[in-house]
Amino acid sequence: APIPVTRVDETAVYQMEVIPSYSSSAMSEAVVPDAMMPPAAGSLYGEKAGGPVVDFSYVGIDAILEQMRRKAMKQGFELNIMVVGQSGLGKSTLMNTLFKSKVSRKSVLAAAQEKIPKTIEIKSISHDIEEKGVRMKLTVIDTPGFGDQINNENCWQPIMKFINDQYEAYLQEEININRKKRIPDSRVHCCIYFIPPTGHCLRPLDVEFMRRLSKVVNIVPVIAKADTLTLEERDFFKKKIREELRANGIDVYPQKEFDEDAEDRMINEKIREMIPFAVVGSDQEYQVNGRRLLGRKTKWGTIEVENIAHCEFAYLRDLLIRTHMQNIKDITSSIHYEMYRVRRLNENNTVVAHANGIPEHHLAAHEM
Amino acid sequence: MASTEIARQAGEGARAVPLSGHVGFDSMPDQLVNKSVNHGFCFNILCVGETGLGKSTLMDTLFNTKFEGEPTQHNQPGVQLKSNTYELQESNVRLKLTVVNTVGFGDQINKEDSYKSIVEFIDAQFEAYLQEELKIKRTLHSYHDTRIHACLYFIAPTGHSLKSLDLVTMKKLDSKVNIIPIIAKSDAISKSELTKFKIKITSELVSNGVQIYQFPTDDETVAEINSTMNGHLPFAVVGSTEEVKIGNKMVKARQYPWGTVQVENENHCDFVKLREMLIRVNMEDLREQTHTRHYELYRRCKLEEMGFKDTDPDSKPFSLQETYEAKRNEFMSELQKKEEEMRQMFVQRVKEKEAELKEAEKELHEKFDRLKKLHQDEKKKLEDKKKALDDELNMFKQKKTAAELLQNQAQQAGGSTTLKRDKERKNLGFL
Repeated sequence: APIPVTRVDETAVYQMEVIPSYSSSAMSEAVVPDAMMPPAAGSLYGEKAGGPVVDFSYVGIDAILEQMRRKAMKQGFELNIMVVGQSGLGKSTLMNTLFKSKVSRKSVLAAAQEKIPKTIEIKSISHDIEEKGVRMKLTVIDTPGFGDQINNENCWQPIMKFINDQYEAYLQEEININRKKRIPDSRVHCCIYFIPPTGHCLRPLDVEFMRRLSKVVNIVPVIAKADTLTLEERDFFKKKIREELRANGIDVYPQKEFDEDAEDRMINEKIREMIPFAVVGSDQEYQVNGRRLLGRKTKWGTIEVENIAHCEFAYLRDLLIRTHMQNIKDITSSIHYEMYRVRRLNENNTVVAHANGIPEHHLAAHEM
Repeated sequence: MASTEIARQAGEGARAVPLSGHVGFDSMPDQLVNKSVNHGFCFNILCVGETGLGKSTLMDTLFNTKFEGEPTQHNQPGVQLKSNTYELQESNVRLKLTVVNTVGFGDQINKEDSYKSIVEFIDAQFEAYLQEELKIKRTLHSYHDTRIHACLYFIAPTGHSLKSLDLVTMKKLDSKVNIIPIIAKSDAISKSELTKFKIKITSELVSNGVQIYQFPTDDETVAEINSTMNGHLPFAVVGSTEEVKIGNKMVKARQYPWGTVQVENENHCDFVKLREMLIRVNMEDLREQTHTRHYELYRRCKLEEMGFKDTDPDSKPFSLQETYEAKRNEFMSELQKKEEEMRQMFVQRVKEKEAELKEAEKELHEKFDRLKKLHQDEKKKLEDKKKALDDELNMFKQKKTAAELLQNQAQQAGGSTTLKRDKERKNLGFL
């Protein structure tokens, strides 16, 4: 039987999980027209025989939520995460910790190639995972070789190409005449960028990479192996990083411009004040205070991965998985993908336009 | 510069991996539902049926609210579609409901074209969505979807069989929309007649190959109830917004001298079944079928019609871009040709007009000359006449002076010549 990992993060500080529970008798303070009253607990399925009085003014529109849920459970979800960072920063371990199973490439392929590849490779591996009836196809995209060469110029190029190739594949399927009912989504939803824990500031490579990639994909920067930083060093480092991101105009997830409403902004501001998350990964369990916890055991103590007093892994996990996963996917599909699509469909037009001698602004007017 | 070699190794068809703890993505359905709730839902119903079958009343009863509108007259010249959108809210779910009514359906003497406006309307909604989807800069996630998700076809409660208009219309609509046939005003039919009627209708639909919407039976949670309901089609409904006191409750009902038909009593009519199926169980499936089946079919046909293909004879995939460009080039050159033509025509017209005007000018000049000449002639004539008259006058004056002279002479010569005077007077009279 799988060993339950208890969450030790029910502190008052931690307020990110905002999923309200939904039941058909939930009442909101929204304005309700006179004819419709909130549904009584009676429903035609269960309580016909001598139950509470069926409220005849209940139409049942909110049953659509249940219908959507059923459909979602049946279809399952897809998630594609890319991890980028120099070798040795604990990328694979972090993936394994996030998904509590051996999802990283290294764990799957026996005889892990310990040697650093001479060029950047893009390797993706997919898993079907299931939790409480919810099925998910998780694809982890690894980028061994990134930042490991002596000359790292343009090392973001293959990664950008990969991301754009996924957009291209989706676009091609979408514009097909006979297209599939559900277009397989291989687009990279989220790119976790590992910052080495120098404690000082971002390196030029980090800035360059994030600057370019933040325009095409959601970037979540994390400070890797954060157990080498003290809390003060960590705070200083984070502040420095945030400053540098701002100074370079790098918009990491959650991007300010995509906040939908005041509520969103409030939640996301809190997150933006905390990034980059300082994480520690581990897939080993140790006994701490009578409980078995994921952690790293050292001579001077055991670092509990899911303890927010120790590191911010729990925040990262909650952001990526428990609260903002859908949002991450939405931004990928309705913003990054659409931008790619616009660029792509326009680039052919401009070529044609110049050939026809038609000025560009003429075309743009048509397209709008 | 680091040479880049990309090795892509797709996970070999994803393998199942067990989780050793709680990850938390079981909240995904909740996240998805949350997002949809924030966004709101939309649902579009089309009511097709003859005037007077209680379409509006049924909508009012289904959604428990009074939609505006008065009953339509029976003298419409053709079938029109009137659509109204309403914002409904129940607990935290906001629904944008659009009800489209066929106005004047079945009222004409010649009903051959009745179905056309309905088909056109449905296609127009698909077209609007397709246009949005094909745009370069598009906003699909905030697009107000007007595609018809469900078509309630109202069958008149004759008790015998379907009318030929019904069969023809449903046959034309079954590949474009989810059809749910219902027997309207079913309190006009007795229970035994109703069973026979339903059987007759179902067999007619089957023998004519009409594909009505089947409630989905693939999900175990609802498979049972859906398959039971499939057997109750078409639903015999009664609609009413008036409330009558039965026992100690107020219920929606229609009151007759011989009894009261309760709308929500399953023994009296199938209204509850309809509401259950349409709203509480299958609304999402109706929307999905519309998008993945009917819309895709429309899109495929439309794109093929426009000349797009997926693969050319050599089985190499055609890029939509290339076809787009080819079409665009065609279109541009056509436009240019047309422009040229128009310009030519314009120049031509201008020339013609100019010539015309010149003609007119010339004529005017001629006329002017003529008139002038006339005028001069006239003038000359007048002058001649004047001269003649002047001459006459002069002669007269001369004669007058001559006569006066003679008179004076005669006076001087004495008065003896009164005879002479008389004579002269006489002579004078002759002059």
